[in-house]
Amino acid sequence: MSEHHLDARRLLCPMPVIRVQGAVAKLAVGEILQVVCSDPGALHDVPAWCRVHGHRVLLAEQRGDEVHIRIEVMAQETVL
Amino acid sequence: MSSQRKAISLISGGLDSMLSSRVTMDQGIHVEGINFFTGFCVEGHTHAIRKKDKQKPKRNNALWVAEQLGIKLHIVDVIEEYKSVLLNPGHGYGQNMNPCLDCKGFMVRKAYEWIQEHGYDFIITGEVVGQRPMSQRRDTMPVIQRESGAGDLLLRPLSALNLPETRPEREGWVRREELYDFSGRSRKPQIELAAKFGFEDYSQPAGGCCFLTDKAYSDKLVDMWAHRSSRDYEFDDIMLLKVGRHLRPRPHFKLIIAREEGETRFLEGYRKQFAHLQCKSHSGPLVLIDGAVDEDDRLLAARISARFGQGRDAGEVEMEITDLDGHAQPLTVKPLAADEIPQDWYV
Repeated sequence: MSEHHLDARRLLCPMPVIRVQGAVAKLAVGEILQVVCSDPGALHDVPAWCRVHGHRVLLAEQRGDEVHIRIEVMAQETVL
Repeated sequence: MSSQRKAISLISGGLDSMLSSRVTMDQGIHVEGINFFTGFCVEGHTHAIRKKDKQKPKRNNALWVAEQLGIKLHIVDVIEEYKSVLLNPGHGYGQNMNPCLDCKGFMVRKAYEWIQEHGYDFIITGEVVGQRPMSQRRDTMPVIQRESGAGDLLLRPLSALNLPETRPEREGWVRREELYDFSGRSRKPQIELAAKFGFEDYSQPAGGCCFLTDKAYSDKLVDMWAHRSSRDYEFDDIMLLKVGRHLRPRPHFKLIIAREEGETRFLEGYRKQFAHLQCKSHSGPLVLIDGAVDEDDRLLAARISARFGQGRDAGEVEMEITDLDGHAQPLTVKPLAADEIPQDWYV
């Protein structure tokens, strides 16, 4: 299972969500995306985006000033 | 048996787009949401930046609405494309720098492009005749249909009975008689419909969800353009207009002064792009200097900055000014007194 990384630090919401959306659209079902953000709003928004699109959030936690989220792609997304 | 029709719904995160989506879904239409990020959206950024807002629940209302409805939401970055809308609005501005009519036309056009690309049948919005003074009037709503190119593929379910029949109604994709005739500025019909659907928690921002409808923000934008050689902007420019106190003591430079810890942290990210000031002898805000400054300007900037720190009443404070090349220089200054800062320096 291949793993990909997205650095969305210094981006304010909704930009981290937009970057996640773009990254997920390039991945195949079953692949993993590991995201790191600095906007605390991402802790809510990125999992919310995953829920409405049917992707699995394996981890979402605040670590100091950073938010770490791990996503498993569950369906092929539309490329925007 | 015909295949299920598909619509894209412009989701702002407010109640009207939530209701119009639900009304359409209840007619068996497959609905997905689309939300355009122009850079001027209010909620997320200010909450993220300002520490005083940290206690408020942080959520993206458009995503939250999508989740309540059980639909996908596509968030589209239109920051670059939106510049032409704001800089040259064919229909002009509203009360502030809000180009609402051009903005709505732009978003519907983008949605129209999206449905063509993705094989969707029509577009829905939460627009209501007479709800907004610029973009939601009986005479301007057809302008949006015409100029966006969407024509009669644009359905406004909450106000459809006040408007000419659209193709989704004519073709029987939706039943016109089950759409609504809302009009005017009253929110009562929407609130009643929300209750009928069991929606209890929804956003109803009084001034819309855009910074451009805000006078203070618009004043800063106009000031920025008035003191630049070109009337243009980058994303960082419009972000910085949302943060801090802005004081312009001289035409060729202004100061951006953090108001609290969250803003200081945010402005720290711009230290490599701007000369900046920080008080070393007392607690004080980070201050960015926007513009080229000479020695006199630097002293003035330091004295103003000192005014906004804990050393404001001290005889002297130690400041440090850091240039764009990273060179830091100490400055000992007397903070300006409150009455030495003219009101018209505040942008």
